Parts: sequence; C-alpha cells; structure tokens
Amino acid sequence: MAVIEQLTQDFLRTKKLPHIWCPGCGNGIVTAALVRAIERADFDQKDVVIVSGIGCSSRAAGYLNFNTLHTTHGRALAFATGLKMARPELKLFVIMGDGDCSAIGGNHFIHSARRNIDLNAVIVNNHIYGMTGGQHSPLTPAGKKATTAPRGTLEREFDLLKLARGAGATFGARGIAAQPRQLEQLITRGAKHKGFSVIEALSPCPIAYGRRNKLGGAVEMLRDMKDSSISVEKASSMEAAELEDKTITGVLFSEEAPEFSEEYHKSITKENA
Amino acid sequence: MPESKPVLMQGNEACAVGAIHAGVRFYAGYPITPSTEVAEQMAVRLPDVGGVFIQMEDEIAGMAAVIGASIGGMRAITATSGPGFSLKQENFGYAIMAEIPCVVVNVQRMGPSTGVPTAPAQGDMMQARWGTHGDHPVIAFSPASVYETYYLTIAAVNLSQKLRQPVLIMLDEVIGHMREKVTIPETGKLMVEKSSSNVPSDWKPYDEKGLTPLVPFGFGHYYHVTGLFHDQYGFPTGDPPQVERALDRIHNKLKKYRDEIMFTNYIGHKEPRVAIVAYGCTVRSARAVVKKAYWQNRLPVGLLSLQTVWPFPDKEIEALAEQVDVIIVPEMNMGQIVGEVERYARGKAEVVPLNRYDGEMINPDQISEEVGRWLS
Repeated sequence: MAVIEQLTQDFLRTKKLPHIWCPGCGNGIVTAALVRAIERADFDQKDVVIVSGIGCSSRAAGYLNFNTLHTTHGRALAFATGLKMARPELKLFVIMGDGDCSAIGGNHFIHSARRNIDLNAVIVNNHIYGMTGGQHSPLTPAGKKATTAPRGTLEREFDLLKLARGAGATFGARGIAAQPRQLEQLITRGAKHKGFSVIEALSPCPIAYGRRNKLGGAVEMLRDMKDSSISVEKASSMEAAELEDKTITGVLFSEEAPEFSEEYHKSITKENA
Repeated sequence: MPESKPVLMQGNEACAVGAIHAGVRFYAGYPITPSTEVAEQMAVRLPDVGGVFIQMEDEIAGMAAVIGASIGGMRAITATSGPGFSLKQENFGYAIMAEIPCVVVNVQRMGPSTGVPTAPAQGDMMQARWGTHGDHPVIAFSPASVYETYYLTIAAVNLSQKLRQPVLIMLDEVIGHMREKVTIPETGKLMVEKSSSNVPSDWKPYDEKGLTPLVPFGFGHYYHVTGLFHDQYGFPTGDPPQVERALDRIHNKLKKYRDEIMFTNYIGHKEPRVAIVAYGCTVRSARAVVKKAYWQNRLPVGLLSLQTVWPFPDKEIEALAEQVDVIIVPEMNMGQIVGEVERYARGKAEVVPLNRYDGEMINPDQISEEVGRWLS
C-alpha cells in the first residue's frame, strides 16, 4: 500500500481530483495501471510526457503529474510525433479513446505504426463516444446500439491490433479493466519496447454504452469482460470456433525493427560528419 | 552560404533560409502547390544544421507536429497553400489558445477550393484573420519581395517566440516563385536567445501578470497544455471570470507589443491627395505607379504598403485618411482588406476597391488609370 500512496503523491495531481468520469467508468482503472507501469518502467519523471486527444479518457492527462499535453480530437499522435522527433530522449505515452484513435485519428494511427516511432499508444476502448453521450465508433461491435445507431450499427468494427500490425507497429497488446495487474504489465512491456507500441485497454462505459445495450451495470460489465477474455497463451491451443466472441488478451505481437526518431538522428549525424 | 554577398533566390527559398537563420530547426508539412519549395528547401538544409524535417501524412498532422516540436523547445515552421491552410486551421487555433510559438506560411493560390493551383491570388486574407473558430488574435505578415520574405520570416520566428503566439506569413504565388537578388547577412547574426529552462521557481506557464517564456517539456516543470480555457497553470476551467481573463490575456499581448508587430512603409508625396494601400505582390505594381506619378511627375500620390496585415494597421490608415481625398486599395481578390481600410478611414477619405480575380496580377496601368481619375 505504501508504494501506491507514494505513486499517488508523485504521479497524480491530487488537487485536480475528483475526476470528471461517471460512476462505474473504467478510465480510472486504466489510468492507475498506466501510473504503476510508468513506475515499473523506471523512467525519470521529468522525461515522461503524457499526450492525449479529446474524449473522456483523454482527460486523464490533466490528472497526471508530468508534462501533459491535451491536444485536439484525433491528433494526439501527430503532436506526439513532432515532440518525439524534436526530443527523442523523452518517453511519450499517448492516451486516446476508441473514436479518437481509430476514427478521426485513424490516419495518424496507421502512419505512426508505419514509421515505427517510439510512442506508447494506450487506447482506452469503451466501444462508444462517451463524452458526447453515446454515438457509435469504429470499435463499436456490429449490431450494438448507440444514439446514432438506434437500431444497432450495421458497420463492422476494426480489430485495432490487426490494423496496427498490418500498418507496421512492432508491439501490440490487449488488456482489460477487469484485470488491472495484467494491464499494468502490458503497458510496462510496451513502454520498454523500442518502436510504436499499441496497448488496447478494454474499459466499461455503463452509462453511454452498457445501459443502451442492456449489459448491466459496471459490476456486470466487468464480470462479462473477464469471463469472455482469454489469454493469448491459452488461445494458441484452441480452435477458431472456440475463440468466437472471445477477447484475446496479452502481448499479441512484439518484434524488432528500426525505430524512426533514432534512425533520423543517426542519419543526420552521418551527413554532418 | 557566402556572407553578405548578393544571391539570386526564390521567395519560397528565402523563406526557408530566413527560418533557419532565425533558429528554426524543425519543419513538418505536406506537399502542396505553390508552397512545396519551402518544404524541399527545408528537407535539404535542416539536416545540415542538425534539424528535423518530416513529411507528415496530411496537412493537419503537419500543423500538429510543429506544435509538438515547439513544446519540446525547437523553433518550428510549416508551409502550405489554400486547401492546406483550411485543413490547418483547427490546430492553428490550438497554438493560439495554448500560446505555443510557431510560424505558418501560406503561399496563396487562386481559390476557392482547388481553384487554379498555379495562379496567384490574395483570397485568403480574411481566412487568415478568421479561419479558425472563436475570438482569437492573429499576426499575419505579407511580404512584397524576396528580400522582405527573408526578413519578415526572421521577424515572424522571433516575434512568435517572444509573444508565444503563432505568426502567419501570407505569401502569394508571385512572391513565392519569383527570383530576385537578395543580400543575405552573415549567418547566425540574426538569431535571438534560445529558450531556456532557467526560470524562477514560481514560474507559471500562463502567468496572470503577463508574458512568461515557454519552458519546454522535459525539464521538470510539470504543467498542463490544453486547448480548453485554462488557469495560469494550464488546467481547464469553465469559471466565467477566469475564462474572460484568459481571452483578454491572449489579445492584450498583441496590443501591448503593437510597435514590435506593426510594419508598414510609406513612399511618395509628402502631402498626397491620392493614396494607394497595398500588400503582397500588389505592392510591386503600386510602387511602379508611384515611381512614375511622384518621382517623375511630382504628382501628389503615395503608397502605404502593409507588411503587417493582421492585426490591422488601424492607426496608420486613420492618419492617412486625414491627409488624402481618396485611398485606392488594389487586391487580387473580390475585396477583403478594403473593408478594413474603409472602417478605419472613418469617412475622412473616399475608399475605392480595385480588384482582379482572374489569376493574373494587377498591373501598374490598372492602378494608374484609377489614380488618374482622382487627380483630374
């Protein structure tokens, strides 16, 4: 407990609490996992920068005691790219929601993956636009209801990690708010990985998503999340049919490739020599 | 670059060189005609000075990356044209609100929409002023020559840094692409102090007392940057008095430093009856008219050229209107700045628009004809 208290003191802006999130929201769990992961990764506090977009989860930046940059909708990765290129020694965590990252910010997401720039993208996926009151996002599962899909959305959802991998990301992991310790470990591994790391964190939104889709309250949503998830290790020995409707958690891929900011600065030093 | 030796240079190139001489070490952008040479020049030159050039996935990302780099302490610039200028507006407004220094170059082309990409125009002057949403202050320069492009880019970078306010350079296709003789001073002499993390312990990023320098990220000053209305530490607020104070703050700094922002130049008769007010490439035609009418024929004609278009040189126009019978405002659009001139002439002088919007420059004869009408 002492460690947690110390982290609260150091890494949280306690004066800015209570937060704005609704009761039952998973953003606090994900934010806490992020804070512990930063501690585990053993980064110097002054080197850590939190960048975020627009949406509920992006408000986390305001509660974290680092240099924090709350940007415009969808553009967090583009701001982060500029900062990382200017100051490659900084450790950047980019918090985005599912709509922020995969809809309006989709272009920056795939290009950050393609460049393999050393940013840690933490995507809090609650399957909905929460801040604006429950519109469907590219990560809303097909058939689920939203204010802008009152009969259930006909659109198919992205598999964010497949998208990231296809675009060139070199680290991809998925965790769930119902298993915060695992999530913390996944973010830590992503943070230590050199290259573009994508950590998708599934998080309940009982107010704007659960209620409309009759998924129960926060407790039921977290329980269902846990019940339907399966680790990547276990999943590897299972049949495809068994994995239908399952959420695979853990590190889905991790590989080495040249990292963009380092390569760039190496290349200009060579030119100067 | 040989020191203080005249060179033949393109406007877009002068912009890139000026930026680097002013300490710019970061460029992020997206290719678009007729501004692409700025990016190409930066791609060649920045690695030589240890700087960063990055071609982004779109215009929006170019603007965002520039702001990100600036928060990291690097002087940063981006360049674009018409359609790209539209796309950059949201993040441009963010930089105004969050008070992050940066310079945005718009090499104007004929619009609206895709328009005539290779034809010059001055159709984005009001977009420069009001393109991003909300009540915001804007600084915009409009060079009339390659030489002015070089010096105004340097001024823009330094001013932006000092005021923590983005600055626009409103080039046009004529100035951007024309080649002219420029004398570039010995490099390095024009640079100003680098930003520093050396600030008092009670430093606040948005101090109520007034301007404070930006301490880049990564030096142990943990503050928040947001596009939301914020208090003096950068944290979001919706409290009406604080919101009003924050908006006053970003406007007042431009008023306070007006003298350092406002560049205008008058040539011609000491007691003119007819004045021309022009900016950008149109100044060149107007200058030819004054040369002939005043320097050769001693007619009471003068030209006030505006290097600074925003904030608008209100006092300069007021003073001019007191003197003359008529102010002619030639513009390569359907009449944008003429409205401002009329507003500050306050009925003291007749204000006459002279517009051309076919993708060609306004030539001296057109202006001469109008001047002649008022002199006879």
